[in-house]
Amino acid sequence: MLTATPLSTDYLRPSPPDGRLDRMGWAVRDSATVAGRELLHIRRLPEKLLDVVIQPVILVLLFSYVFGSAIVLPGGGDYREFLMPGIFVQSVFFVGAGTAAAVSLDMTEGVIERFRALPMARSALVAGRTLADLLGVALSLAIMAGCGLAVGWRTHRGPAAAIAAFGLLLLVGYATSWLATWVGLLARTPEAATAVSMGVVIPLTFVANTFVPTAGMPTWLRTVADWNPISAAVEACRYLFGDPVVRADGAAAGWPLSHPVAATLCWTTLLIAVAAPMAVRRYR
Amino acid sequence: MIDVAVDVRGLCKQFGPVRALDEVDMRVPAGSVGAVLGPNGAGKTTLVKILTTVLKADSGTARVAGHDVARAAEQVRYRIGVAGQQVALDGLLTGRENLVMIGRLHHLPAALARRRADDLLERFRLTRVGDRLTRTYSGGTRRRLDLAAGLLVAPMVLFLDEPTTGLDPGSRNALWDVIAALVSNGTAILLTTQYMAEAERLADRITVIDGARVIAEGTPAELKDSHGGTRLTVVVRDAGEVAEARRILRRVGAGDARLSGDPRRITAAAGGSPTGLLALAARELESAGVALEEIALRSPTLDEVFLALTARDRTVPPC
Repeated sequence: MLTATPLSTDYLRPSPPDGRLDRMGWAVRDSATVAGRELLHIRRLPEKLLDVVIQPVILVLLFSYVFGSAIVLPGGGDYREFLMPGIFVQSVFFVGAGTAAAVSLDMTEGVIERFRALPMARSALVAGRTLADLLGVALSLAIMAGCGLAVGWRTHRGPAAAIAAFGLLLLVGYATSWLATWVGLLARTPEAATAVSMGVVIPLTFVANTFVPTAGMPTWLRTVADWNPISAAVEACRYLFGDPVVRADGAAAGWPLSHPVAATLCWTTLLIAVAAPMAVRRYR
Repeated sequence: MIDVAVDVRGLCKQFGPVRALDEVDMRVPAGSVGAVLGPNGAGKTTLVKILTTVLKADSGTARVAGHDVARAAEQVRYRIGVAGQQVALDGLLTGRENLVMIGRLHHLPAALARRRADDLLERFRLTRVGDRLTRTYSGGTRRRLDLAAGLLVAPMVLFLDEPTTGLDPGSRNALWDVIAALVSNGTAILLTTQYMAEAERLADRITVIDGARVIAEGTPAELKDSHGGTRLTVVVRDAGEVAEARRILRRVGAGDARLSGDPRRITAAAGGSPTGLLALAARELESAGVALEEIALRSPTLDEVFLALTARDRTVPPC
């Protein structure tokens, strides 16, 4: 079964990284290896992408034709212009909900046990996953944008601003993915991970300016919605895509909505700064 | 070069109310094979998980390939290979992809990882199935790939957690051959098993654990000796002569001469000089005219030793 030639050769025993830079280099390469594993999984089980691909299409059609037919925006303007940024942000969060369950399920697999005994960077397993997630988010955004264009959505501020909006959405997706990974690692079962993340994502994405302006809500709810970080992200996209009607009335809406891009950059960075180390620590 | 591959002292691990390891000591010299033998739930897998840096011990120390598993886990991980009873492979990847991924995560350069994967597939006769998803593999094939995955780098110490549990005899023998070849190349191996025959065939020294504690330790021969040693068996042709034969055996110095279930069979302890006793007993029985069917020396099997050592747990406590 095994040929007689010697199996042990010294060149086959890599040594531990030499210095900080070497260590960081390996952390990046290990993350890429893990992300490659995730992409192979998608190639083998393309149905894993169903929720990333189909859900956005359904949401765009549902809201633009079913709800859009009845919703009249205060101050006028086309509902589809108003809607698309909201759906972009919500879908990014739905991808995160899926991540939490997937991470939780992944941890029950035998191969994780092997990873723990390998000299790979401790951060690589979670970092690699979030990297693969980012590609899922990008795919989902591309499909939604295509759908939106088909139903009449347009951007008005030129390509640079539109690209900035998608960049911001990817950042939101990346931050969400870290949070979801952390939740997935904390949950004892994949079912619990799904329950927790959907229980948070649904109210969080609806009690916001995602689908309707906050101006008509009861005062207390409006305050919650205006300070909801999701509202800032949606508002930032509306601003960058150039929705012609401005609805957040400046100071009355609070700082996040009057400075939506800065507010979104702040909370996503903060979320990554907290969730990433916590997730890595939890995996350890 | 290190001279002790695995050095465990006073290792303890508790899971809630359950004591998984209780003051465990053991050593595996470099280039040798140590077996940890014990029934299900004895603590074998917990021990392997601590030694491979997957779990942390509550107290005690463990050094693997010269490095402390708690304080220098990374150094240890660079020097070990692991193949486990959990069959840790990614089912959605092919055999080749699994090996290349693990090689990369061992920090082999990409080209070398690929070459090494091809090489291992060939050595383990997996080339034909190398490009199929591992979830389609049979049990024996998965075990072979799992073992190959533990050999991506040339490990100083290889951990095998119940490598043959659930395998058919053919696949088991094939795996034993691979392990023997590794040992002849100088790799130290720590092997856990519930099968005495496996420990006896592969290991230089055996540590028997049961109920989280080490209950015996030694070479296979030492373990046999410590438990009764060689016995003399005599079978008489005529059951009427059995009492006479027993009297003669006692006279020539065979201890503890007992009748067994068979009315014509007597077994007795053969003491310090078994062959001398055998010759003397044969002569005396013949001159007394007792006709024999069989007279022989028999070593206790390690299975008997194992069952005797672990017997105390098998009595069912009263309700």
